[in-house]
Amino acid sequence: MDLSYSDADLAFRDEVRAFLAENLDPAMSEKVRLGKDLTKADMEDWHAKLNARGWLAQNWPKEFGGAEWSATQRNIFETEAYRANAPRIVPFGLAMLGPVLQKFGNKAQQDHWLPRILSGADWWCQGYSEPGAGSDLASLKTRAVRDGDHYIVNGQKTWTTLGQHANMIFCLVRTDPDVKQQEGISFLLIDMDTPGVEVRPIILLDGCHEVNEVWFTDVRVPVENLVGEENKGWTYAKYLLTHERTNIAGVGASGAALDAVRRVARAVTDNGKPLAQNPHFMARVARVEMELMALSTFNLRMIAAAGAGGAPGLEASMLKVKGSVIRQEINDLARRAIGPYALPFASEAMEGSNSPIPDPFDVGDVTGSHFNNRKISIFGGSNEVQRNIIAKTALGARR
Amino acid sequence: MNFDLTEERQMLSDTLRRYLADKYDTKTRNEILTSEAGFSAEIWSQMADLGVIGALFTEDLGGFGGGGFDIAVVFEELGRAGVVEPFLDCAVLAGGLIDDLANAEQMEMVSGLIWGQVQLAFAHGEPQSRYDIADVQTQVATAGDEVALTGRKAVVVNAEAADQLVVSAKEGDGVSLFLVNPMANGVTVQGYPLISGGRAAEVTLENAPATRLGAAGAALPVIETMMARATVAQMAECLGAMSTAVDLTQDYLITRQQFGRPLATFQALQHRLADMLTELELARSALINAAGHLEADPMERDRQISAAKSLFGRVGRLIAEESIQMHGGIAMTQEYELAHIAKRIVMADHRFGDEDWHLERFIALSAA
Repeated sequence: MDLSYSDADLAFRDEVRAFLAENLDPAMSEKVRLGKDLTKADMEDWHAKLNARGWLAQNWPKEFGGAEWSATQRNIFETEAYRANAPRIVPFGLAMLGPVLQKFGNKAQQDHWLPRILSGADWWCQGYSEPGAGSDLASLKTRAVRDGDHYIVNGQKTWTTLGQHANMIFCLVRTDPDVKQQEGISFLLIDMDTPGVEVRPIILLDGCHEVNEVWFTDVRVPVENLVGEENKGWTYAKYLLTHERTNIAGVGASGAALDAVRRVARAVTDNGKPLAQNPHFMARVARVEMELMALSTFNLRMIAAAGAGGAPGLEASMLKVKGSVIRQEINDLARRAIGPYALPFASEAMEGSNSPIPDPFDVGDVTGSHFNNRKISIFGGSNEVQRNIIAKTALGARR
Repeated sequence: MNFDLTEERQMLSDTLRRYLADKYDTKTRNEILTSEAGFSAEIWSQMADLGVIGALFTEDLGGFGGGGFDIAVVFEELGRAGVVEPFLDCAVLAGGLIDDLANAEQMEMVSGLIWGQVQLAFAHGEPQSRYDIADVQTQVATAGDEVALTGRKAVVVNAEAADQLVVSAKEGDGVSLFLVNPMANGVTVQGYPLISGGRAAEVTLENAPATRLGAAGAALPVIETMMARATVAQMAECLGAMSTAVDLTQDYLITRQQFGRPLATFQALQHRLADMLTELELARSALINAAGHLEADPMERDRQISAAKSLFGRVGRLIAEESIQMHGGIAMTQEYELAHIAKRIVMADHRFGDEDWHLERFIALSAA
C-alpha cells in the first residue's frame, strides 16, 4: 500500500496544471464554473486544444493516436480539469465508440472513423434508449432489415444527449426479432444526414435543451457501417457500457462542487453569522466530504485494478450508485446554502441573455444544476439496475 | 377530537378541486409558466369568484373563513394542481397584514383583493436576511407627515404585478410597515421568473415615498403572525403537490412495463412507494398540528410550525426525489406534470425557513 503519488505522477500533475493555465480560456472557465450552457463551438474548441497536445483520447492506445495514460494519470487529469473548471470531454466518440471500434471494428472502420473522432470531423451521439426500452435496454425495437447492400432502419431512439450537434449516431438495432432478445441486436453506425432521420428536442425540467428524440423512417444504411458481426451487438453494447461506467464515480466533479459549497457558505449570512459557522449546515457538508474522501480511494482502487487487466464489474456499479448519490447530495447542499436566492430561474441567463437574475453569491445556476443532476442516478443504467447487477453478481458467486 | 372538515370547507375543497381539474391542466399551466406575466389574470379572477381569496379572510371583512383549516383546505388544492398564481404572497401575506393594520381608508384594498381586483406583494426579506424575520435594514426618513424609505428587498414575489407593496423598514429598535406605490419615484422593480413558477423581483428603494401601515416600530409581532399563517398555507400547498407526486408515481408503476412486467411488481419499488405513502400521512398530520395551533400563544404556535416545516423539508425532498427516480427519464422532461410538481415541492423548502432553520428554531423554542 502506498497512498502517495510517485515523482513521475507529480511531474505529470504539474504538466497538466501548466497546460490548463496556458490553454483554458478564462471566459470559458467562468462559463463552466457558473453552470452555463456551452455552445458546440466551445466544446469543439476545447477538444481541438487537447488534441493538439495529444491528450484528447486519454484511454486510447498510442497506435490509434491515443495518449494511453495510466489510470492514475487519467485520474490526475480529471481532478485538475475540474479544479480549473475546464469543459468536460464529450464522451460519445472518445470514451464510448472509440474503444468499441478498436476492439470489434474492422481495419477499414478503424482507419476511417477513429481519426475523424480525434479531428472533430464527426460529432457522435448514442442511440441506445427507446421510449419502451430504458432500464430494460435489451427490449429495444428499432428495426434494421437487410436489403442488398443496405439496412433499412425504422424506429425511435430517445434521451440522445447533444444529438442536436451530432452528424453521426451509433445505434443498437434489432436485426433478428425471432430469437432471445439479447441475441438479435446489432451495432450500426448511421449518418444523421441520411433521408428519414429526424431529431426532435426534449426540454428538461431546468429549461435546458440537452437531450433529443431521434426518429428513423426507412433510413438506408450501408452494410459496411455494421460493427462486428450481425446479432452480436449486445456484447459490444455491454463492453461500451463498462467504459461508460469507469469514470462514473464523478469524484473530480463532486470535489469541485463541494469546494463551491464551502465558498458560498462563507459568503452567506445566516442569523447574523456566516453560514460556514452553522453547525447543522456544516455537519451536512462534513458528512458528504467524509464519504467523498472514501469514494476517491475506492475509485482509485478500482481504476488501479482495471489498469492491471481486471474487468470492472460490480465495483463499477457500486461507484456509480455511491458517486451519483454523493454528487446529488452536494447539489442539495448548494441549493440549501443560498436560501431564498435558490428561487430565481436562471435558465434564461445563458450566453447572450441580459436577464438580470440576482446571483449575490456568484455561484451561477445552483437550482437548475440541482434539478438537472437528478439525471445522474437515472442515465447509464439507473441506480436500480446497478443494484440488481451488484446483488446478482455477489449472490451468483455463492450459488 | 374530530378530524373531519366542516361541510363548508369540504364543499370549498371539492369545488376548487373540480375547477382546477377542469381548467388547469399541464398544458395550460406550462403556458402560464412561460408567459410574460407569469400568471393568468383570467384564472385569478375566476378563482376569486369561486371564493378562494374570501376563504382566507374573516366574515367581518367580507370573507367567510380565515382560520388555519380554511387556509389549509384552499392551499392543498392549489398545490395538488401546481397552481402558480400568487395567492399566498398577495392574499395571505400582504392582504393579511393590511387586514390586520389598516385604517378605514386602507381597508378598501382588502375588499378589492377578495374580489380579485387588487394585486399586492409583501417586500420584507433583504439580501442579507436569509430566513431571519427580524433582520430588517431598510431605513425610514421622516419629514413632517412625509415618509421615505431607502433599502433593498430580495425575491419579492408578485412585485411586478402589485398595485401596492407592503414594505417593512427598521424604525428605532422595532420594525414598521408601509404601503409603497411601485410606480412611484425612487422605486426600482427588477423582475425575473422563479424556477417553480410565477415571478419575483429585487426591489430597490431610494427615498421612496411611503404611507404608514399601523403604528411605528410595532409591526414585528404582526409580521410573525402572518408568516405563521403563510407557512401553514405553504405546507398545505406542498402537501397537495406531494399527493400529486405520489399519485403520478403509483399510476406510472402500474402502467410502465419493463422486463416484461409492470414496474409495480418489483418489490424494491413497492417498498419505496410504501415509505412515500407513510411519510405523506405523517406530513398531513404535522400540517394539522400546525394549522390547529395558529391561534395559540406565539411561542407555542411557532414551535408547532417549526416542527411541521422542518418535517416538510425532509419529507418533501424524499418524495420529490423518489418520484423522479422511480419514474426515470420521463420525469426529467418539462412537459410531464411531475417535473413542475417536484420543483414546487423542493422550492417550498426555500420560503419561510428551510428544514435546518426550523430545526434550530424548534430547539430554541423547546428549550425556552
